[in-house]
Amino acid sequence: MLRSRLTGEMVQFIPRAKNWEEAIRMASEPLLKHGYIEAGYVDAMISNVKELGPYIVLMPRVAMPHARPEDGVRKMGISLLITEDAVLFEGGKSANAFFVVAAEDATSHLTLLQEISDLLSDEEKITKLLGAGTYEDLLNLL
Amino acid sequence: MKLLAVCGNGLGTSFMLSLNVNKAMKELGIDGDCKNMDLASAKTESADYYIGSPEIMEQLEDGRKKVIPVVNMVSLNEIKEQLRKHILEVE
Repeated sequence: MLRSRLTGEMVQFIPRAKNWEEAIRMASEPLLKHGYIEAGYVDAMISNVKELGPYIVLMPRVAMPHARPEDGVRKMGISLLITEDAVLFEGGKSANAFFVVAAEDATSHLTLLQEISDLLSDEEKITKLLGAGTYEDLLNLL
Repeated sequence: MKLLAVCGNGLGTSFMLSLNVNKAMKELGIDGDCKNMDLASAKTESADYYIGSPEIMEQLEDGRKKVIPVVNMVSLNEIKEQLRKHILEVE
């Protein structure tokens, strides 16, 4: 599912982002542009982090910004942003990969999360993911 | 034993964590299961242990709840180590 959802137009590679807020905004752009989410969803993801802390950093260097379906999801989707320079969060956490998840309801995206979890549990794949510079590099990992 | 994986929304991070906590519990032979929930609901939900990222655990901690902080939500090794330290070595 990850492979079929994470199409070329949903993945971006950039040198750096000014801060974590900008990184989340940039990472969400493909979902916004293709009608998966509304602008309010992006704001909700950012205010979640401001309110509750950077719990979306799943592991060192990997973040999974998300909010609730009712915050503005039109259909289930996922996008990925990879930055060459680490983006800092409060509390010393940082990330180079941002998987933005838009869930339609509480259950439809669970397979997707399972697949992301499997990908992130594989150290070799993680290293390759963080070093990926093209969509082709990424496809080999999915 | 009831464990509760907690995150801001109870949808993404905590679900992913619960998958790995259940795996870790099985491997360590801890009886019970781990469900996932959002922070606001978890405050009034009873469980033997609450598990999640350090900043979420800090907000949940009320002096009575037993919390287990985890930094890497997908590292089976870290989760097992934390369960060992907080559950097995205490009981």
